[in-house]
Amino acid sequence: MAQVAEKLQPWRTVLETRPQGGPRWLQDLRDRGASRFAALGFPTVRDEDWRFTSVAPIASTEFRTAPPAIVTVQELAAVPYATLDFRLVVINGRFSAELSQLIGLPTGVRAGSLGAALTEHADVVPRYFGQLADFNARSFVAMSTAMTTDGAYVYIPDGVVLEQPLEILYLTAGGNAAEMSQARTLIVAGDRSQSRIIETYAALRGGVYFTNGVTEVFAGEGSILDHYKVQQEGLESYHVASIFVNAQRSATFSSHSFSLGGKLVRNDVNATLDGEGAEVTLNGLYLADGDRLVDNHTEIDHARAHCPSHEVYKGILGGKARAVFNGKIIVRQDAQKTNAKQTNRALLLSDDASINTKPQLEIFADDVKCTHGAAIGQLDEDAIFYLRARGLTYFEARDMLIHAFAGEILDRVQVEPLKRALEAELYAQLAKDLAEMDAV
Amino acid sequence: MLDIKNLQVRAEDKQILNGIDLHVNAGEVHAIMGPNGSGKSTLARVIAGHPEYQVVDGQVQFEGRDLLEMDPDERARQGVFMAFQYPVEIAGVQNQYFLKAALNAKRKHLGQPELDAMEFLQLIKEKARLLDIDQAMLSRAVNEGFSGGEKKRNEIFQMALLEPKLALLDETDSGLDIDALKVVANGVNSLRSPARATIVVTHYQRLLDYIIPDFVHVLSAGRIVKSGGKELAFELEKKGYGWLETGAEPVGA
Repeated sequence: MAQVAEKLQPWRTVLETRPQGGPRWLQDLRDRGASRFAALGFPTVRDEDWRFTSVAPIASTEFRTAPPAIVTVQELAAVPYATLDFRLVVINGRFSAELSQLIGLPTGVRAGSLGAALTEHADVVPRYFGQLADFNARSFVAMSTAMTTDGAYVYIPDGVVLEQPLEILYLTAGGNAAEMSQARTLIVAGDRSQSRIIETYAALRGGVYFTNGVTEVFAGEGSILDHYKVQQEGLESYHVASIFVNAQRSATFSSHSFSLGGKLVRNDVNATLDGEGAEVTLNGLYLADGDRLVDNHTEIDHARAHCPSHEVYKGILGGKARAVFNGKIIVRQDAQKTNAKQTNRALLLSDDASINTKPQLEIFADDVKCTHGAAIGQLDEDAIFYLRARGLTYFEARDMLIHAFAGEILDRVQVEPLKRALEAELYAQLAKDLAEMDAV
Repeated sequence: MLDIKNLQVRAEDKQILNGIDLHVNAGEVHAIMGPNGSGKSTLARVIAGHPEYQVVDGQVQFEGRDLLEMDPDERARQGVFMAFQYPVEIAGVQNQYFLKAALNAKRKHLGQPELDAMEFLQLIKEKARLLDIDQAMLSRAVNEGFSGGEKKRNEIFQMALLEPKLALLDETDSGLDIDALKVVANGVNSLRSPARATIVVTHYQRLLDYIIPDFVHVLSAGRIVKSGGKELAFELEKKGYGWLETGAEPVGA
């Protein structure tokens, strides 16, 4: 315990000066989060869920809560993804009304400051906030809960269709000190609603900083929700974020996770199929080079019968990059006729890149179909030769194969400008990595 | 066009070709036959530049240039084409996109302007019609989920599109039904011209009913042990390859 206490020392001030105010339930929730975080401390590599990912660099850094920052429209325009008609901008953990563009959303839709909604949307928010993001065993979620101030809130009433996608931009505009932001999101999608929501994480300025993200998504009965997460944090930054999803009866939820930036990145997606006929798709694509680490943990909880889930995660690793993929699928006793499919593939562009991958199936029902497969490797030599035998140079052949590998995930993006922006970013990064490799 | 002298080839630590001499002129069709393990597929792959093989000795000249000095892609751009025995599945690359890249690589090499999307589409539609190829195949990923026959048709389709000077067919006929066999033969025959040459590597005589060779060579243990005209193929069909082991000659050859 002495060790834990010591490790938490720099964080004590942060916790002690945590935000106050707001309704009683919120104060209680923050207090519980704070005491849970104090008890848990940071996870270590002795924790099964963090075996390959040491968060010591985060634990030992004296982060202070990022102060409010002014960001100009010009600076915002430089963020490659900020191109959609509707956007909700959060700077350093605080909603920015000036930079957000939310006028014209369908009647009844609420999108804006989570901080404001915590008090103002009192008939809805308390029923959802903190209900999915269980922090009992999760330090970073406990921290987020303790520090709850602001973030993004999206509420879509029953039956409402959002024709246009909505982008939530979490931007860090850092100063000189090591700063951290709590990126907290609550999405409540009503029954039979339909929407596409993008969460983008990026830095406008700032070197070493830390983003702690927690997103809760309620997908109501028969709702269709396409959720995109684009993580393109600064290359010296730390990003730890969890998405919790509850899919009700016949809801169709898709998660698309693109992880392109960050020095130490941990993405968790926890989806519960909580009503018959609900369907969950988890797509993921990550890219890492240098000595960066990206860890993806997914958990699909089949709690009800007749639910399909599909999962495809792909990674491209160069340099000395490391990756972790842990795909857990739980099939509860009542979840008969479950059909779960998981695929995990990684392309290692260098001999020094590595990945630890683990499927984890916990099946308590007997009439289920669960498949999983993992394939890790270098580029297929036979395919390279085949393409070269048709006149393509080695470099052309290699690029074609890498693009095809990433394309399988990119092609599933249903927001055209986002897809183009992702392709441009991904391929630019790859071109740089490959050029560096070829120069050696 | 192709001049092979004393070609000796190893794969890993096994010698496979033990001194091949072969001369192919423009306009000719040569058939290379032989039992399994005789080295006939190796010969085709070495000409195409497969990295698995090391040339220990000998020369291969293509149009007076040292072929062995060229990377596989340069050989392809110079006009060498091999139809693969086992075409590779390439997930995520659309057949049509791949074909366009291949065709434009060659055109660029020849100093011809690259084809735009419209011109390319017209060209492949025309070729597909000529070879009785289902156009749906073009929008699928390269060879992915193709049946054996579809894969071989796709090879011939690529050949028809790229119009190579030297076409090598590496057991393209194995496992094909008669319809697919005719498609393959039709593809080869339609390319036959005084300016081009074809080498057909095959285990069976069947394909040679449709592609009439000018010369037939029999490979055994990495050497050409017999050469002759098209009648040699019929003899082999009748007698099998057993005589190679006994040292006896097939009657009438």
